[in-house]
Amino acid sequence: MRTRVPLSLLGVALALLWLIPLAWAIDTSIKPEAETTRVPVTWVPDVFTLDAYRGVFTAGDVPLWLFNSLVVAAGVTVLTLAAASLAAYGFSRLDFPAKNWLFALVLAGIMVPPQALIVPLFHQMQSLGLVDTYWGMILPQLAAPVMVFILKKFFDGIPREYEQAAALDGASRLRMFWSVVLPMSRPVLAAVGVFTFVTAWNNFLWPFIVVSDPDLMTVPVGLGTVQSSYGLRYAEIMASAVIGGLPLVVVYAFLQRHVIRGVGDAGLKG
Amino acid sequence: MAVDTVPAPVHDTSPAPARTERSLTGLWFALPFLLIYALFMIWPILSGLWSSLFNTSLAGGDVEFLGLSNYAELARDGAVWDSLWNTVWFTLLSTPPLVLTGLGMALLAHRARRTGWFLRFAFFMPFLLPVTVVALIWLWIYQSDFGLLNAAVGWFGGDPVAWINDERTAMWAVVLCTLWWTVGFNFLLYLAALQGIPRELHESAAVDGATPGQRLRRITLPLLRRTTGLVLVLQLIASLKIFDQVYLLNEGNAGPITRPLIQYVYEQGFTSYRIGYASAISYLLFLIIIVVAFAQFKIFPAGRDD
Repeated sequence: MRTRVPLSLLGVALALLWLIPLAWAIDTSIKPEAETTRVPVTWVPDVFTLDAYRGVFTAGDVPLWLFNSLVVAAGVTVLTLAAASLAAYGFSRLDFPAKNWLFALVLAGIMVPPQALIVPLFHQMQSLGLVDTYWGMILPQLAAPVMVFILKKFFDGIPREYEQAAALDGASRLRMFWSVVLPMSRPVLAAVGVFTFVTAWNNFLWPFIVVSDPDLMTVPVGLGTVQSSYGLRYAEIMASAVIGGLPLVVVYAFLQRHVIRGVGDAGLKG
Repeated sequence: MAVDTVPAPVHDTSPAPARTERSLTGLWFALPFLLIYALFMIWPILSGLWSSLFNTSLAGGDVEFLGLSNYAELARDGAVWDSLWNTVWFTLLSTPPLVLTGLGMALLAHRARRTGWFLRFAFFMPFLLPVTVVALIWLWIYQSDFGLLNAAVGWFGGDPVAWINDERTAMWAVVLCTLWWTVGFNFLLYLAALQGIPRELHESAAVDGATPGQRLRRITLPLLRRTTGLVLVLQLIASLKIFDQVYLLNEGNAGPITRPLIQYVYEQGFTSYRIGYASAISYLLFLIIIVVAFAQFKIFPAGRDD
């Protein structure tokens, strides 16, 4: 009991420390340009202004980047959930030629660092004509063996009796998958979905390499160009950082209970 | 492939017959993923290995078979070993604080009652920011003239430091930024594991008179061993793959001081257009990561099961 008060104080202190960088970015973004470079630094702006946000939204490409990120991240998430859950069901419930060999091949892929494949992958995108396209950004991110592994583990834990009941009613395999197994897997599908979405939304390296057309840039890639294009307008740079970073943070603030429970359900806790 | 001769598993005692008969149905389920996987994972691995034996260029032109001479050049290229050392040094510096801070945060947040929501939000939130946002924020904090960090140094009477450009502090600046950005993932894994420890274990130990410190050492930490194994290997692999934040923090300046291996691959492949040579360097990193992963399976054999 004696230790409780200092420990909770320590927790709050560490949390406040962890919020400083983001708070500092937001603080800078609501200052007039002249005040951003003042020494000594000020936490409470003399003048509160949203000029930087107005500047970013009228002149900048940030809205376009947000749209591109949404297209790519939503595309990757929907297609990953579809392809990985179908494959996981096949590996969990059905027997087919070379199954064990193929599953071992998928498992081995978990260890492959995608960053080490950028050069040959780009070469291949050139020959497929997918450089500077949405598909060029989306398709390679779908080859995520760890998602198949997580979903298969979850499906393995669902008793087969549920499907046998459906089989008595004459349901096909696809029907059992769609109407029996998927509805029972909502927590793990949510965890895999959220994790895939965040990873795809924030992916920098691959979109940076495969896209050079400014109209197709995602938030992380586009913001990388901000430093040079805004010159020394720090309030606008921080305003674009806040706009580019805040959407997922706000969504997480509402969903965090589900995310943390989902990590446990997905068996990621080891 | 004489798989048809394998007898049906005898331990399958489920009442409904022929539930797992061997047919092509399962293959149809797996096919969409397997096609994507073959096209965008297996094929690049093989074609990269193949082109590492050639003098291949992204710009096209003559392709000449070199055998292993890309690998021989790599062995003689000081920039490869410097950037490999930067990668290893970053991994050694970043892994202990990332694992220990994640554990400490999880213990604090798990214990907290009324402030639990706030702690979970603050600790995990940076992980959700795109790397570019993280780099912009930290470049601003590290700014040598009017940055927040030098302001803090000033309050304590110190002299301003050029955090990113000074070779004595550049790597530490990268480590601090990475710790802030990614520790939330380790925090989350530890928190999920803590929530899986039955409350009764602590209650009965408390009844037997164990102090909070004893319960932490004797119950909590031993039960977190597998999670620590998982966190450690995921962290080592993640640190070995470092590129994004260094590239964004260093744009235009510090350069080779902190350049990691993937940045050198990127420069050789996309700036010098030497696909074959860049592929050869990629395989060096690939090899190191595989060795680390296998070593982990030896040290924590049960780490992945359950």
